[in-house]
Amino acid sequence: MGHKTTYKPYGDSAILIDWHAEISISISNDILEFYKKIKDLKDTNIVEVIIGYSSLTIVFKKRITDYFKEVKSLKEVYNLKDISFKRTPFIWQIPVCYDVDFGKDLQEMSNITKLEISEIITLHSEKLYRVYFIGFLPGFCYLGGLNERLFLERKPNPRLHVAKGSVAIGGKQTGIYPAESAGGWNIIGKTPVDFFNVCLEHPCFVKAGDFIKFITVGKEEFFQIEKEVKDTSYEISKVLYNA
Amino acid sequence: MLKVLKAGFFNTIQDKGRFGYAAMGVPVSGAMDSYSSDIANSILNNSLEDAVIEITFGNCKFQLLCDTFICVSGGGFSVKINQRLIGLNKKISVSKNDILSFGNLNFGARCYLAVSGGIKSEVKLNSRSFYKGVTKNTVLQNGMDIPILQRSKGEFMSNSSIKINEAHFSSKEIKCYKGPEFDLLHSDQQKDLIERLYSISKNANRMGYQLNETIPNNIPSILTSAVMPGTVQLTPSGNLIILMKDCQVTGGYLRVLQLPEAAINCIAQKSTNSQFHFVLEDL
Repeated sequence: MGHKTTYKPYGDSAILIDWHAEISISISNDILEFYKKIKDLKDTNIVEVIIGYSSLTIVFKKRITDYFKEVKSLKEVYNLKDISFKRTPFIWQIPVCYDVDFGKDLQEMSNITKLEISEIITLHSEKLYRVYFIGFLPGFCYLGGLNERLFLERKPNPRLHVAKGSVAIGGKQTGIYPAESAGGWNIIGKTPVDFFNVCLEHPCFVKAGDFIKFITVGKEEFFQIEKEVKDTSYEISKVLYNA
Repeated sequence: MLKVLKAGFFNTIQDKGRFGYAAMGVPVSGAMDSYSSDIANSILNNSLEDAVIEITFGNCKFQLLCDTFICVSGGGFSVKINQRLIGLNKKISVSKNDILSFGNLNFGARCYLAVSGGIKSEVKLNSRSFYKGVTKNTVLQNGMDIPILQRSKGEFMSNSSIKINEAHFSSKEIKCYKGPEFDLLHSDQQKDLIERLYSISKNANRMGYQLNETIPNNIPSILTSAVMPGTVQLTPSGNLIILMKDCQVTGGYLRVLQLPEAAINCIAQKSTNSQFHFVLEDL
């Protein structure tokens, strides 16, 4: 609460709420709190609530007949005072193998950034990354917090196949490919963890507002974890985040 | 059961789609032309939520493994039962072992095959709509058995007929509203968008339709925010993309227009190089 927001219609059946256009934890927390308040209404007229870096989009089941009335009631929900809407986020410890066999662009990245491969790995794995939201592909986390020394433009020619689990850097962002896909980001490692598995009760373990910490593992450990993930005996370590 | 004898190129099972999973990054999916899939379901007295088969490039063949009723709506594909041509938008009684085939496209771009009681394939995240990584299958495969209900011939008798709006296939007017970033565009870009004739490029699929024409653009992209089916994006290189039912849930390109459901349905029946213009309406 307390942030400046603007409301506008987004087509005939959605409302877009914009915050100041910046990537900030304070704005993101405000958005997530509002998201939770709306979800808790369990209003069957609302079919989807989509989170962005500095926006929230409310999609209605039917064409909106009284736009101003809907905005008014959304503003009332935004102003609800209730501490219970704050959720304590988790820090998920995600094993990553930064071996050059997986990190296909590590050498090239080292050449361009003039950083040793070991420095790239340290700079990448020492940070705590906030999950701003999930989009692009099922289970793809938009992460914030990449060290600016690791900023690197996307590859001029995207790869047709990037392996599932690839950990990569694209511009000012880092992320994990939750499924095999085409992609232009620079690949620096690979995780054996599934970020989206429709067979599980909770197909995506991570939620917007959580944090991710990459834990360096060797190749042997990578394959061991991969096996455990396959037979569903692997449990991802998590700790509560204390702000 | 309905057996797939010849799967064709890109045929899928679709219902109204998946809602409530955007927070996991899961797209809506669902029938590209819900106007036509609704007609097919209505004629059979099905629920509008029932799943249908979306046929996009024709040249496919099915065998009925039980008696039932079917209805085909949408684009025209020379549909035959055994060797006999059948009409669109009609309830048709079919018998065990009948062969149902779809030939070449005559008009529109896709059609819907509904069966009495709906297609009963697996439900994942509250929907039967095919989507990679969510449902086991992404497209129909040769030899696949699709679960359907048996209906004996006398079981349900109604002779509903629905008048089809011809303009749904022929109209060159695509109704739209201003998108969230429309007002950021320069006036000549806005003018271009509304006044020019556009056409669909070869790069068109269930995720989105890229248009052949471009609009010069030097406005920076936005911070990644929500996109929806019907959102028209303008990329930094000037390409226009109409997002369709399998589109991702968020994007960073300018959202210049938003098509309502009826306009998405209309676009879904246009094929490569079909021309149209955007007709901007006030909300």
